[in-house]
Amino acid sequence: MLKVSDFPANPLVSLHNVGVRRNGRWLVRGVEFSVSPGEIVTLIGPNGSGKSTSAKAAIGVLKPDEGQVERRAGLKVGYVPQKLAIDWTLPLTVRRLMTLTGPLPEREITAALASVGMSHMAGAEVQHLSGGEFQRALLARAIARKPDLLVLDEPVQGVDFSGEIALYDLIKSIRNTAGCGILLISHDLHVVMAETDTVICLNGHVCCRGTPQAVSQSPEYRRLFGARASETLAVYSHHHDHTHLPDGRVLHEDGSVTDHCHPDDGHHDHDHHHAAGEGGHDAHPAADHEHGPDCGCGHHHRHQHHPHHHPVEEGARRV
Amino acid sequence: MFDDFFVRAIVAGVGLALTTGPLGCFIIWRRMAYFGDTMAHSALLGVALSLLFELNLILSVFFVAALVSILLLLLQRRGALSADALLGILSHATLAIGLVMVAFMTWVRIDLVAFLFGDILAVTTADIQLIWGGGVLVLFAIVYLWRPLLASTVNPEIAEAEGLQPEKARLYFMLLMALVIAIAMKIVGIMLITSLLIIPAATARRFSSTPEIMAVRSSRIRTHAVEGRHCGTAQ
Repeated sequence: MLKVSDFPANPLVSLHNVGVRRNGRWLVRGVEFSVSPGEIVTLIGPNGSGKSTSAKAAIGVLKPDEGQVERRAGLKVGYVPQKLAIDWTLPLTVRRLMTLTGPLPEREITAALASVGMSHMAGAEVQHLSGGEFQRALLARAIARKPDLLVLDEPVQGVDFSGEIALYDLIKSIRNTAGCGILLISHDLHVVMAETDTVICLNGHVCCRGTPQAVSQSPEYRRLFGARASETLAVYSHHHDHTHLPDGRVLHEDGSVTDHCHPDDGHHDHDHHHAAGEGGHDAHPAADHEHGPDCGCGHHHRHQHHPHHHPVEEGARRV
Repeated sequence: MFDDFFVRAIVAGVGLALTTGPLGCFIIWRRMAYFGDTMAHSALLGVALSLLFELNLILSVFFVAALVSILLLLLQRRGALSADALLGILSHATLAIGLVMVAFMTWVRIDLVAFLFGDILAVTTADIQLIWGGGVLVLFAIVYLWRPLLASTVNPEIAEAEGLQPEKARLYFMLLMALVIAIAMKIVGIMLITSLLIIPAATARRFSSTPEIMAVRSSRIRTHAVEGRHCGTAQ
């Protein structure tokens, strides 16, 4: 997949055409992305679009059923999972949680707890923390390890609004100071860090990708949310043209149902209204996102690849 | 010193108590109480097989318990039934098959009650050697496996992502459980092994601030219980 970036060609982890299949259903298919040192990659998409699955495949928690995952040898990962329930019978303080997967110097623990604003809770039992506090403790645990790759599955869930911005700023500063690669997951299509280098939108496959800066600096966006909002938060919204049914088939916007969801099967018609939908269907500046040969946007290459595919729909296409 | 059956009983009980403390903590943390029960119930099948094929009792119980735990891992991976339904099936299936086999072997007369509830006062010097030998092995293994086991108890995905191989730790843990059940069966009996694992750990929870302290306390509580019980019986 085309990836235009200023990051070195030696990524920490790269996925090539990765697919994960469970109970006869593809959770996600054809995923291609890589994370380089110092890069923040954000996965977005609706529920069940395969964000967590792709991230787990990237760090080896799930074995892909097709495709390859390449990880740099000796890659040190820091992981914050989406869900975590600790049985109350396990006596675990925040302090002890920090050294869960490996010993750490006291200095690192103190610094990490301070950076997420949890210094005062070091002695508290994790079962007594609130959702947001627990999330901060998990983030502190992951960053205290000084990982090469930080994987954060919805790291700010349950965190209050001001804390959310503070944590996103923290994530950014970790990247800047430690130079680690960060793979971030958000199910929220509307709130994505402006500092994200690459946004990858999943919907069972890589739907599209691009830089959020291009979006947040567009005049429509600024008019809608104000210039200050773009300093920390960016809007990257668009509209999905198909739904994945529970049986694995795909319901397209034109009402048709197919077994698979291929970008160039003629059913896809992405109307990207990145600039908050202002410009209608045709407001689709090329700078908003980069296209790969199979990125699923349905913007290009189709005529070369499938000149006679679904000729009836072809007339309605706005490419 | 080991001439006295009473001293032998205390030494055996303390040895077992030290071993089961940390193991019992993991049983509680990982919500595996029913799993412990299932493995213990399957021990009866091990007894029946050892009688039928004239095998070593402890080896036979160990292999059956280990087999049941591996079977459970495989069935869980298929994901057709919930873990507790699978445990219910395995637990009572192995117990029933064991009982039927023992009943059909009319040429052997065994004291079923001794297997079900154990007899600590019938401990021999060889048993003590086995308990302490096996116990030291189990304790060393737990210390070695401590970090991956604890990390995967908190979250197996974190453990996997950060390179601790939780699946391997879990398999070893199950083998250790099978070993402890095989060793403990003669003394505490099939029905009571789980209580030996769970009650001290549950008691220790209230007085512990870290997992490590809880594991040590649970061993200590169990040891005191053994001593107390024996003093009580002696009087």
